[in-house]
Amino acid sequence: MPATENPMQNATALAVRNLSVFFGKNAAVKNVSLDIAARAVTAIIGPSGCGKSTFLRAINRMHELNPEARMEGEIKLFGDDIYSRNIQPVVVRRRVGMVFQKSNPFPTMSINENVTVGLRLNGIRDKKTLAERTEQSLRMAALWDEVKDRLSAPAISLSGGQQQRLCIARALAVQPEVLLMDEPASALDPLATSKIEDLIRNLKKDYTIVIVTHNMQQAARASDFTAFFYLGELVEFGPTPKIFTSPAQKRTEDYVTGRFG
Amino acid sequence: MTAPNHNWRNFKNVFMQMLTFACAILVVTPLLLVFYHLIKEGFSSINLAFFTQLPKPVGETGGGMGNAIVGTFILLAQAAVIGVPVGVLGGVFLSEYGGTKLNWWIRFAADILNGVPSITWGIVVYALMVVPMHGFSALAGGVVLGMMMIPLVMRTTEEVLQLVPGGYREAALALGISKWKTILQIVIRTALKGIVTGVLLALARVAGETAPLLFTALGNRFWAHNLTEPIAAMPLQIFAYAISPYDDWHRQAWAGALVLLLLVLAINIGVRFLTRDRFRQKI
Repeated sequence: MPATENPMQNATALAVRNLSVFFGKNAAVKNVSLDIAARAVTAIIGPSGCGKSTFLRAINRMHELNPEARMEGEIKLFGDDIYSRNIQPVVVRRRVGMVFQKSNPFPTMSINENVTVGLRLNGIRDKKTLAERTEQSLRMAALWDEVKDRLSAPAISLSGGQQQRLCIARALAVQPEVLLMDEPASALDPLATSKIEDLIRNLKKDYTIVIVTHNMQQAARASDFTAFFYLGELVEFGPTPKIFTSPAQKRTEDYVTGRFG
Repeated sequence: MTAPNHNWRNFKNVFMQMLTFACAILVVTPLLLVFYHLIKEGFSSINLAFFTQLPKPVGETGGGMGNAIVGTFILLAQAAVIGVPVGVLGGVFLSEYGGTKLNWWIRFAADILNGVPSITWGIVVYALMVVPMHGFSALAGGVVLGMMMIPLVMRTTEEVLQLVPGGYREAALALGISKWKTILQIVIRTALKGIVTGVLLALARVAGETAPLLFTALGNRFWAHNLTEPIAAMPLQIFAYAISPYDDWHRQAWAGALVLLLLVLAINIGVRFLTRDRFRQKI
């Protein structure tokens, strides 16, 4: 289903203008501008080292964990400049959640403690709220039925695919507006991967999702829009069917048809 | 055609294996010898009185080291109060904050401090506390052991915090959790067993220190009533008895050494117990 048929998706969640990210003297992302649609899935594809992960991390200011990192340009989240001087990274990250390539549930915590950790450490203590949010988040992450009878079991007792869905539930529990996913299924088997993809398709009803992936079939299956990055530059950006069937750029065509990358 | 010196090669191989094996045995031998002698000489003097009574005056047999045993625990408690918070928080700084250059200097200083002879620590605290306070005291003894613990605890804390995968820090920060809460609730909690292990090993290390206590706690043949008085400690009591000319005191020194060794052994076994669980958690 082409994304443009849905009028809701015309709203812009993230307006990125002339974004460049440097690590020391190296530019990892060069002068990228694009609009990411709300309540849609946008996939970022490109070969290793093309700056797609850095681009993703710039959206919730995670790249700042590297003291060498520096950015230029502007990113607006529903109209708010996330790099405005009076906005703390913590505030940005509450609105823009993230799921990582390697599942990383906290090993000292149980399943439900993992889900609620973002709420608890931000001061929410009410047991009823926490229990409601646990169920809601686990349902959205398609994990509830598998774990509802053992919520207090250690999180690391789950399988790899379950752990990654737990991490998604954990990110959803703080109710972000945007969910960033950095190759969320690259360490999982095909069955677990397809569960994650189904989940992504369901989540876009409520969330704006940006997913970095190495897997072009995954981008084609799960996303509405696709951005192709090469050597830090945005080569082409458009509706996913167009990028995969009639790309405007030769480099895009070469990449999506597997001629390089 | 066969290689002419296969036998010679095989001989070298076996020889090197035997040599390393002999050295490995040599490492364990002193522990067995120490144990054998301590048990042979000291075990007969260990009884209830040894743990509860004061030393008897010269010439009377019997009595015990009750005051020294209690004194050692009081000194260790003070040392922990000083050494654990400063050492752990210093280790947190090294691992989680700070510029690389500053950290390099702090780490360098801590490593030098770990190599400072313990008698030097004793003299420093003697000059800083005993002289101004006009007397030896339990307090000075606790301070010197605490100061010795700081660099030990700091370095082990830093090491175990570095073992916590960066993914946990990123996951917490990406949830909008502030940095200090991430450190306290995620990083330290994940590494807690390692930190406790480091603290226990540092306590075991300073529990047997004698030289710094000669300049600070001094020793006491009676119960200490407050921290500004000199206090007895097992290493001091063992030292005093061992250099005395009396057979009964010699027996007590052996017994004291045995108890001290058992204390250190107990701490080490406790550490093994703690770390065994850690591997199951695959951190």
